[in-house]
Amino acid sequence: MNAAQKPWEERSAARVVAPARPRKLAKVPFVELADGRLQGVVSSGSDIERVYVSSLTAANHSFHCSTNNNRPCGGIRTGGCNHLRALADEAVLQYGVARVARYLRADVADDATTGAAVLAAVNAWHEPSAGAPVFSRFLRHLAYLELSPTTEPLPELHWFPAGGAVR
Amino acid sequence: MRFDLLASPVDGVTEAYEVVAGFDGVLVAGLLRPGTEQIAALHALAAALSGTPLAGRVAEAVDKTVAGSISDEHLAALVAARSALLGASHDALLARLDEAAGRSREPWPAAGPGTPAGADNLLAAARSWLSELAIAGWRGIDHDLVSHADQAVQALLAEPRLRRLGALLDGFAGELRACAPGATMPRVPVRRWADLWARAVLLAQPGALAAVEPGTVSGRLLPLGVDLHEHPTAVQAQVHAVLETADGPRLVRASVSAPKVDTLVGSGVWQLLRGHSALLAAVTEQRAMDLTDMPITSGGDLIWSDAHAKPGAPAEPFATARVQLATASAAPVPPLERHPVRLAEPVLIEGYTATAHDDGVTITLPGLTVEVDVERMHGAGPLTPALVAASTACVGLLRWDGGWTIQPLAVEAQVKRKTVAVHAGAWAGGAADAAGAKAEAAAADAVKVLRERAGRLLRR
Repeated sequence: MNAAQKPWEERSAARVVAPARPRKLAKVPFVELADGRLQGVVSSGSDIERVYVSSLTAANHSFHCSTNNNRPCGGIRTGGCNHLRALADEAVLQYGVARVARYLRADVADDATTGAAVLAAVNAWHEPSAGAPVFSRFLRHLAYLELSPTTEPLPELHWFPAGGAVR
Repeated sequence: MRFDLLASPVDGVTEAYEVVAGFDGVLVAGLLRPGTEQIAALHALAAALSGTPLAGRVAEAVDKTVAGSISDEHLAALVAARSALLGASHDALLARLDEAAGRSREPWPAAGPGTPAGADNLLAAARSWLSELAIAGWRGIDHDLVSHADQAVQALLAEPRLRRLGALLDGFAGELRACAPGATMPRVPVRRWADLWARAVLLAQPGALAAVEPGTVSGRLLPLGVDLHEHPTAVQAQVHAVLETADGPRLVRASVSAPKVDTLVGSGVWQLLRGHSALLAAVTEQRAMDLTDMPITSGGDLIWSDAHAKPGAPAEPFATARVQLATASAAPVPPLERHPVRLAEPVLIEGYTATAHDDGVTITLPGLTVEVDVERMHGAGPLTPALVAASTACVGLLRWDGGWTIQPLAVEAQVKRKTVAVHAGAWAGGAADAAGAKAEAAAADAVKVLRERAGRLLRR
């Protein structure tokens, strides 16, 4: 009688979000699907102190790209810029093309595999918005590695089993 | 072990879960304007608690919710009611498990209230967000509402004594963020989110996270295996072990956890933990550790400190399980942790038939058929469902999520006509093969990049 699994809705440890996949972070240290956007940070190729903050809105497919000091990106063309393209490519590595396309409501072909395919499907248009909220999400992200580990038990993490042996 | 005892239902658990399911359904649309069905579910919750000391408070909270004027205090009463039902289910299930395993368990000691964690303003901020969530319901969440948690979570994580609440809220908010807006979600994880929300409301009550002075313990520690927990921004390794003390063998756990980022996954996470507990290396080397005056909670959790531990003699987990597991006594579960998700009792099973199928592996024991909890099997070690399907003996954790399951920590399996032992935590102290070493190096590189970026951008 115990062999039957309860439906997903009735399980305490149901998996809701698939874990991210590891990727190289040198060029795009941060990317996320959050706040209704694909958003993240791209390191500048020429200035080690500078990063670009790029985002693409799921609701209307407008995109934004500026430096962390709020200067506009000089490379903006129809359909995006190099930073947005790098961001889309890394998002696909991290989450898989299906999840990125679904989040952005992008109608991609079944055999699409790349960030470029997602961007081609949405026909992004430029609309400057504030980069600061995305940059502050990035700083928050970096702050996790500054927090100290602990050997006190965190019993609530029983709700969050590490997975990945079956995909 | 009498597995047949686990095959029959435990009295009252189904009924308790029916009441809980009704309440959890109310949270889908939110507490603002409950409909007829939701009002009936709330009354059923009050009725279930009517013979308990919570009766008056819960009845009042239900009346106020139905009338549309709910306060923090009423939410706390509703959560207390739900938690009491699941706590009682936990206790009944654990008692059955102890009976089946012939395991003796210490009673929970009467203790003082402990030292309050303080930071009442942070707890209030957390409660305020949790109220907003409950009122909106899972279908009513949007990006703005989810991001309201950010500040509170960041502050909670920075306060070590409130880390439990911070890590819970962060994992919960991450799922909400990934699923928002709620109106267009294809399916809602109804039980899970009600669980996470309710536990967070409990921990956000002043005094819930009060610190209690730990005791100390000495003896030889024999690891059984590692249970690994992970969400995008946290990882915890929990070592289950038998501690040989002057008073006989005891089951204990030793945890180590670290904040992390979402791209650090798989075998890359061990390096975040290794520096803070020499026990992980001992697990990989299959050694005992000799403990002297190691702090321990009443719940059987060692508060690990390398200063109180020395590497000991070789110790093989299956030998430990075969010799010690049947007689080791277990610690009681702290009241605020009592929920069936917390059931994770080490057992040794042998003499079974394992059958692989599309969704996992089924284990048939004399008197009991049990599913392997393959979703709790991780990619950070060499143990795979295929090895479990080929196994003849297993050290695992008995768990319960609507039915009993087993989470393997180690198996003995036939590989090329030889019996080999494979451990889920084998890479805790260091990867043994080329693929594992590569994953570790990639994770180390990721950490380096992020630390460099943090150095340039964070402290400005």
